[in-house]
Amino acid sequence: MNRITEHNLKGIAASPGIAIARAVLLESEEYIPEKAQVASAEQETARFRAAVEDAKAQIESIRESTEQKLGKEKAEIFEGHLMLLEDPELIDAVIDLIEGDSVNAEYALYEVSQSFIVMLSELEDETLRARATDIRDIRGRIMNSLRGVKGGDLGQLQEECVIIARDLTPSDTAQLNLDAVRGFITEIGSRTSHSAIMARSLDVPAIVGVGEGISAIQSGDLIVMDATEGKVWISPDADALAAFQTKKAVYDKRKAELAAWVNKPSVSEDGHRVELAANIGNLEDVQKALDNGAEGIGLFRTEFLYMGRATLPTEEEQFQSYKYVLEKMEGKPVVIRTLDIGGDKELPYMDLPKESNPFLGQRALRLCLANEELFRTQLRALLRASRFGNLKIMFPMIAVREELLEAKRILEEEKQSLIQAGAEVSDSIEIGMMIEIPSAAISADLFAPHVDFFSIGTNDLIQYTMAADRMNETVSYLYQPSHPSILRLIRMVIEAARQEGKWVGMCGEMAGDPNAVPLLLGLGLHEFSMSAGTILQTREMIGNLSYAKWQSHAKHALTLGGQREVQSYAQEQLQGGKQS
Amino acid sequence: MISNTYTVLNPTGLHVRPIKTFVEAASKFPCKITVMCNGKKANGKSSLSMLTLGVKMNDEVTLEIDGENEEEAMQTLGALLVQIHE
Repeated sequence: MNRITEHNLKGIAASPGIAIARAVLLESEEYIPEKAQVASAEQETARFRAAVEDAKAQIESIRESTEQKLGKEKAEIFEGHLMLLEDPELIDAVIDLIEGDSVNAEYALYEVSQSFIVMLSELEDETLRARATDIRDIRGRIMNSLRGVKGGDLGQLQEECVIIARDLTPSDTAQLNLDAVRGFITEIGSRTSHSAIMARSLDVPAIVGVGEGISAIQSGDLIVMDATEGKVWISPDADALAAFQTKKAVYDKRKAELAAWVNKPSVSEDGHRVELAANIGNLEDVQKALDNGAEGIGLFRTEFLYMGRATLPTEEEQFQSYKYVLEKMEGKPVVIRTLDIGGDKELPYMDLPKESNPFLGQRALRLCLANEELFRTQLRALLRASRFGNLKIMFPMIAVREELLEAKRILEEEKQSLIQAGAEVSDSIEIGMMIEIPSAAISADLFAPHVDFFSIGTNDLIQYTMAADRMNETVSYLYQPSHPSILRLIRMVIEAARQEGKWVGMCGEMAGDPNAVPLLLGLGLHEFSMSAGTILQTREMIGNLSYAKWQSHAKHALTLGGQREVQSYAQEQLQGGKQS
Repeated sequence: MISNTYTVLNPTGLHVRPIKTFVEAASKFPCKITVMCNGKKANGKSSLSMLTLGVKMNDEVTLEIDGENEEEAMQTLGALLVQIHE
């Protein structure tokens, strides 16, 4: 009999990790009051007001203890609860119902709050939908006070446990002895529900939304939860348990190893310093970049500001977004790429003509130069935001020098007119361009005197160099980042920049590819920008590489016959390096 | 009565924290403040009511303000709607 598959539950992995511990069930049966007539509506209202005051006092004390235990930010949720307890649409509506119908306070409270819970549950946005839990939380608290019932005390947990619940309210988690909690499993909820957020901040695994199957778990059952995959096993047999313990040990060790690199600089074994940055596509990615030890933002794609809406974003709207990222990065470099749209990425409100070959058409800077007002609006927003951090502006899709010079001229014009109008603009904004068209890579020396940096966009550079659409499976074998042709182009760009004392970054997928990183280091790449999740492993890898050795390995790789030869050569050197 | 329309820029829309800031500011004004979005109406002085609007990033929100100090309220509250919160 295979008990492992038999009791498998699956949910959403909301906080990664593996836990093995006994289950503790949190009961969440809700009290549904009966409707009753009261003799004195006035007395009933007073009773309700007293219960609300009582609830306020309780929440205030939980808020204080949460602030001590988990910090100010986590305690803020309770300020929200205090505010709900003063909400006119809630409190006044309950009192209106008590007074209008002479009904009991419990019933009035339940009815009014239920209507809000239903409204919230119907919202599209899962974060807002999750707020229904907050209403349930404060309702439960007022209700207990009205009924003279004490809420369950969860502070007693001493032994390591996995918490099993329908959903967790902020009050529940605030009262838990969190030192003992090894994980959370809930029946409902999403990545943004309170239990998920709490689990991530406690750094314990959480699996949410496992559904009704959760009732198979009894208090005291040994639970194995693998929140890297969202899977739960109930009382696994000895063999399975041993396998999970090994898996957990490996996972935890790896996690600790990587975590050790968060605040370290990115330096090779022999002391060569590079910069590991994050690519971001929206404002929420900034925190993730910081959490993963990014030393900057190497590519901020601004397209999200323009997509999924009915009109162009205004200058003010853009300014707010750029300012937010710059401030959040606290002086670390932030490379913001001007709009890269057109061709396959459409904006319905722009009414762009259909092109037969969009990747070779009027996209990115080409489109911006043809629609100057659109371009100028973005540049003004960038310039105005520049004083809030370390801004670097990058132009995409440049093929010839005239395009760069024209973009720079427009930028300078906007800068001067802003300064004349009295705006404050940073005087140390670096200007750079992406290298993603082979013509720009081959003639990088013509561009280098006119920029402060280059950033190589490998996804497009490879596709244009190989003349192969990487989304087309029949030719996807031609997507070869380590082909000598690509490596030679990269070297040309780095050499041209070096002659002029400029730096070179890379913001394509290749920058975080473990097969390519040693070679890129050896070629002299300065900045590697990648998705936040791969920064730490790359920093660890670079820390174990010798820059001097890889300089000569990379030079040799350029002379090899193809990608396969380059990759096996690099593998040999990596393995050889470990032995020596 | 005056009214004006704003686009919400906060990445997570109007959730608990921005609403708290908004409602606190709104409650200081004596005038009637109505917030409209997605075909729904809310009392600008009630966070609960504001939550039920389900305002997402890039949603257009109309502020309708009626009464004493309405101009000043529009200026203060409009700025809060387009502000980006942590």
